[in-house]
Amino acid sequence: MLRINNLHASVEDKPILKGINLEVKPGEVHAIMGPNGSGKSTLASVIAGKEDYEVDEGEIILEGEDLEELGPEERAHKGIFMSFQYPVEIPGVTVTNFMKTAINETRKAKGLEEMPANQMLKLIREKSELLEIDRKFLSRSLNEGFSGGEKKRNEIFQMAMLEPKLAILDETDSGLDIDALRIVANGVNKLKSKDNAVVVITHYQRLLDHIVPDYVHVLYNGRIVKSGTAELAHELEAKGYDWIKEEVNA
Amino acid sequence: MELKEKLISSFMAFENTVNVDSPIHDIRINAIKRFETQGFPTKKQEAWKYTSLNSVLKTDFSVFPKDIEALDYKTVKKYLIDEIDSYKIVFVDGQYASHLSETTHDDIDVCLMSSALTKAKYKPVIDNYFNKIATTDGLTSLNTAFSAEGAYIYIPRHKAIKKPIQIVHFSTGNEAALMLQPRNLIVVEENAYVQVIERHQSLTDNPTLTNSVTEIFADKRAIVDYYKIQNDKQSATLIDNTFINQKNDSNAKVHTFSFGGKLTRNNLNFYQNGEHIDSTMKGVTIIGDKQHVDHNTLVHHIEPNCESHQDYKGIFDENSTGVFNGKVVVEKEAQKTNAFQANNNILINDKATINTKPQLEIFADDVRCSHGCTIGQLDESALFYLRSRGIPEKEARGLLMYAFSNTVLDSVKIPELKNRITKIIANKLGVNIGFDL
Repeated sequence: MLRINNLHASVEDKPILKGINLEVKPGEVHAIMGPNGSGKSTLASVIAGKEDYEVDEGEIILEGEDLEELGPEERAHKGIFMSFQYPVEIPGVTVTNFMKTAINETRKAKGLEEMPANQMLKLIREKSELLEIDRKFLSRSLNEGFSGGEKKRNEIFQMAMLEPKLAILDETDSGLDIDALRIVANGVNKLKSKDNAVVVITHYQRLLDHIVPDYVHVLYNGRIVKSGTAELAHELEAKGYDWIKEEVNA
Repeated sequence: MELKEKLISSFMAFENTVNVDSPIHDIRINAIKRFETQGFPTKKQEAWKYTSLNSVLKTDFSVFPKDIEALDYKTVKKYLIDEIDSYKIVFVDGQYASHLSETTHDDIDVCLMSSALTKAKYKPVIDNYFNKIATTDGLTSLNTAFSAEGAYIYIPRHKAIKKPIQIVHFSTGNEAALMLQPRNLIVVEENAYVQVIERHQSLTDNPTLTNSVTEIFADKRAIVDYYKIQNDKQSATLIDNTFINQKNDSNAKVHTFSFGGKLTRNNLNFYQNGEHIDSTMKGVTIIGDKQHVDHNTLVHHIEPNCESHQDYKGIFDENSTGVFNGKVVVEKEAQKTNAFQANNNILINDKATINTKPQLEIFADDVRCSHGCTIGQLDESALFYLRSRGIPEKEARGLLMYAFSNTVLDSVKIPELKNRITKIIANKLGVNIGFDL
């Protein structure tokens, strides 16, 4: 589904990603772990198409198509979704209207009619129940005054609404209490199927207790320096990242 | 001949059309004298530092339109808000158009200034209110000198008028260039309620210059909701002078939506003559190439325990210029005043300009006065967020700009009006926003 070949990316001429290789197949869950500043969030943003980053070398291929020339909205239309580490507050746009616009713009891009209002309402009801989101919450301005947990739940709600092929969860566990973590993880697990894939970016093991990865990769200094199974995450939790750094630097 | 001289010499001709024996005429004569002394404002005056009338005043405006063309309803329908039941006072080239209007004398008076100024039954109201709060500067004096026609609205005590009143001025372009000077008087007595929507609209590209004066009196516990829609052609100049006098416990709101016209100057003045008064001024300005909108506001806090709220949003594209000058005066007696002022602006293009200046003069010591102004671009991280959810860049920009102005739209009480303004905004931003915020 997703193939990243020798990806180099920089921001303001400062190289951050220095040759990433990654392959994600349908039905798989990949976790990308690593110490702060290793390039995890950059990788997520580059895949989503954030224009602050310059791709200097390499390619990102989604279902055989090079994403290089595509803007963030076109990548979204092709089924890429990134759950933001810091979702942006947008006063004046309600959650519901934001979702309606996002869904209908995506449908428009695919040459489909707008979703009928009753179908939209039904979908919103169904997906908000999945994330245990209160109806009142949906008529609030997007992320404005939301708690950390509400913001993250809202991100996964958006994922549920948009049904992406590839979901990248960027530090979705940060700032969550244990209940919110369970709700978010449960939502992600219910959305999982043999046709879609999830990339979980995280610093800690705890989210991976709930969303169990097929593969774990360690990102350090802009490169994937180690890959393994879920076992690797436990090892990192127990031993920290220093041994990885030592191994790489040796 | 310069426009100033032309106006002064036209005054004699104007005198042939009005009753010169009426006491009103003494007011007019004094006013034309003041205009003769002061003339039009120039950039040398502090209040006009960022707005020049020079290029407008070069046009040879006709002061009296010759033949009035009858407009049919079909032509002007789209400028009226006819989805709701409303009273309408419609003028075409400054003359009352009865077939487009719906006035009333049942309990309330929604009619013409020309009647109010001449008929005996209106005399007590006119004596009490006419020209009592309009200022004595050149432009307002000029309007006072030529005051003869406009809207006259009188809401007696305890009357809450559900139907909004639309005051609409059309100019047909029958004249090569036309100057209009409407004069409105709105008296809202104790515990009464009125909603007014005002619009000036040119129907051709011939230049128009409108110098309008509106005096509004809100008595004790009165509520006034006033909406100004300014979306005129590139040939139109509007100088709007609005004065609002408020008494105890009254609530007055003015929303100004400025989306078009060559030059628009809003002089909006609130005088709080009483306690527990609430005054609100809100505005959305969205303009583009070679357009200029200037909001010059004044709130005069005279007595204690009153509030004022100002919230002006501006979006400026291409070679447009915006001005916001918000003056708040808090007199020594006006303790416990709560005055809030915000002016937020987005410059879409680096050729656009905004001059924003809060001006606070506070003589009381126990008050809460805050002001804030921002000038910025669209938030790039918000833009990426929306785009990453599949909303294309153009629509995402439109949505963000729409959301930016939403705090002002929020307090529009007439849903049909809000809907109309939403559509104008979507159209201005070039997006099809498929929902109601």
